[in-house]
Amino acid sequence: MSKFPKVIAGAAVSLALGLPAFAGEYGLGRPALPEEIAAWDIDVSPDGTGLPAGSGDVFTGEEVFAEKCAVCHGDFAEGVDNWPKLAGGQGTLDREDPLKTVGSYWPYLSTTWDYVNRSMPFGAAQTLEADEVYAIVAYILYSNDLVDDEFVLSNETFTDVELPNAEGFFVDDRLESEAHFWKAEPCMSDCKDSVEITMRARVLDVTPEEETSEAAVQEASAEAPAAEEAAVEAAAEPVVEVVALDPELVAKGAKVFKKCKACHKVGEGAKNSTGPILNGIFGATAGEVAGFKYSKPMLAAGEDGLVWNDEALAAFLAKPRKFMKGTKMSFAGLRKERDIEAVIAYLRSFD
Amino acid sequence: MSDKADDFAPSRRRFLAGAAATGVGAAAVGAGQAAQAATPDPLITEVQDWASGLGDGVDATPYGLPIQFEQDVVRRNVEWLTADTISSINFTPIHALDGTITPQGCAFERHHSGAIELRKEDYRLMINGLVDTPLVFSYADLERFPRENRVYFCECAANSGMEWAGAQLNGAQFTHGMIHNMEYSGVSLRTLLEEAGLAAAGDFKDKWVYAEGADASSNGRSIPLEKALDDVLVAFKANGEALRKEHGYPVRLVVPGWEGNMWVKWLRRIEVMDGPVESREETSKYTDTMEDGSARKWTWEMDAKSVVTSPSPQAPITHGKGPLVITGLAWSGRGAITGVDVSIDGGKTWTQARLGAPGTDKALTRFYLDTNWDGSEMLLQSRARDSSGYVQPTKAELREVRGLNSIYHNNAIQTWWVKADGEAENVEVS
Repeated sequence: MSKFPKVIAGAAVSLALGLPAFAGEYGLGRPALPEEIAAWDIDVSPDGTGLPAGSGDVFTGEEVFAEKCAVCHGDFAEGVDNWPKLAGGQGTLDREDPLKTVGSYWPYLSTTWDYVNRSMPFGAAQTLEADEVYAIVAYILYSNDLVDDEFVLSNETFTDVELPNAEGFFVDDRLESEAHFWKAEPCMSDCKDSVEITMRARVLDVTPEEETSEAAVQEASAEAPAAEEAAVEAAAEPVVEVVALDPELVAKGAKVFKKCKACHKVGEGAKNSTGPILNGIFGATAGEVAGFKYSKPMLAAGEDGLVWNDEALAAFLAKPRKFMKGTKMSFAGLRKERDIEAVIAYLRSFD
Repeated sequence: MSDKADDFAPSRRRFLAGAAATGVGAAAVGAGQAAQAATPDPLITEVQDWASGLGDGVDATPYGLPIQFEQDVVRRNVEWLTADTISSINFTPIHALDGTITPQGCAFERHHSGAIELRKEDYRLMINGLVDTPLVFSYADLERFPRENRVYFCECAANSGMEWAGAQLNGAQFTHGMIHNMEYSGVSLRTLLEEAGLAAAGDFKDKWVYAEGADASSNGRSIPLEKALDDVLVAFKANGEALRKEHGYPVRLVVPGWEGNMWVKWLRRIEVMDGPVESREETSKYTDTMEDGSARKWTWEMDAKSVVTSPSPQAPITHGKGPLVITGLAWSGRGAITGVDVSIDGGKTWTQARLGAPGTDKALTRFYLDTNWDGSEMLLQSRARDSSGYVQPTKAELREVRGLNSIYHNNAIQTWWVKADGEAENVEVS
């Protein structure tokens, strides 16, 4: 965020007077309007420059965090699966496998505010209100035992908070500390007496297996006749009850589904991830995707016979937490009916 | 699919099995001896389908992909590395490539919020902050500035990061594949900054630019203004064609020699500032934790590094003893590669390799050592030297300074243990 808004004002004045707006050599581009700069220039620096007015307390933060962040980062910011842990780890930086969190590693609070504000939640970035960001950051501080539960973070109090590892960083010193790597004459012979193998990658065995092209070719040739057979069958028998999906709506659904993709996979080769795979979800009973750990309410709803038809999916997608209290899905919901319709059409294309 | 395809699938397993079955072929032939055929080769004596029938017409492939026999030369990812494939990385198949230019289609990808689709028509680049006139450029505007063509490598700071604590991943693709090397066409960032005017910036020495992307992560990075005015490019073409979606289409930043994370993709804004933003990617990530728990920041230059790409675990020797081409890649973020040494005995003795072409500034250099393999085990290493006088260190030398927790910027010498059967494994040696 620039500290020199006067420059913008100057540009606006020269425009109004019909003077050349700028004196660039090529005269290309156009002056950025103040509204445009305000929309994009939202970065926040360590001294608080760029912070909007606002505030949020730990209690509110806990609620917002539970709703919008906990699905990946855990209710207590402790992290789910491989997703980043945001709390803990103080005193571990000099140990094996240090735990680097906002509390243990991050030098500046502005970084947390800036990142949450601009890049989170994952899959729904730039949807948080400033007060929500203040509240989330207050809660992250609280979960790191850095503030008490009465704490309120605001643009006024922001620079009062100093993170524990603020002094933990130093500027690249390789030219001095690694000066010995600049060797005029590297050793060419008799460089060491003996050489022993001290560690082997095969012992660990963590390298992904390569799918050989042989297997791929066989798979491809096996598939081709099957597809042909299917086509022949389809031609022979009149197909009953084919629902014609509007391709445009499906295409629109594919776009809207980007909001869901962070957690849900669909299509060939899809696997369960943070959310269950959604192949064939339309018409399926709730809570029945194999291998996915559902919330209790979702499992109970399935047992009670909830089926994902148009109506149920539309209601769930509009307000997930209202439709299914206690669901693990931390998505706020789709606001536009047309988007909901499109996503359902898209999902049906994977039946 | 023709049944011929199956005969020629270049699978490693098949290749090895074939070599074993026709034992009279390569494996049994000693150095300097010509191979003898016991019976005439039907591939020569019989008319083959392709020599008689017809191939594809010119309308078959408006945009060509590699032939089916090369379908194993692809990017791969390591599932357990990250929580999700959207904020993740994959690896260039460097073990299967030659020369220095990386084809876009198999050049590694690193996204923080997925590869987005942004049309040229919807593209805007804003320059603001300490400039005389904040400007907005369209894509079409960018194409009207004088253009440059430059070849540079882009290496993720985490390349080889999984190897700090020991030999872990078995293959050059996985240990060293977070790198690609392309010819970029674009406008120098200096030109665009000067178009906006830098009088407002005052003294350049303590000023920075902050670059951010249009994707949901924005992946913002602070770069000293002096670097921005030196050799940074705002690029829109790579290897002659439009950038691929996964590499930032339509416009990305090219920051020669510096860690890949700074090469902001889908570039949407450059702000001239009086200090670094200290964004997430330059504080909590891409900083190097030392043994005492303190952390180095602003470690932007990628130090000289090299790796033997063949033979290597994914590219074993399949022809038995005799002439053997040992080849690999070398690069330095501090200048040009001036030489590469190769050792087959784990670093006791070194031989200077032949460079495929003289090294150029901050770009990949291909090296070759044309040898005669006697069929015995090798502990294969390569060691890069650059124009700044830097010599690629061993892992032990690096650990002595940095400990085991750095994650990033591991440029240590790599060892492949090539066994008598030609198979290779990633190992560490004393």
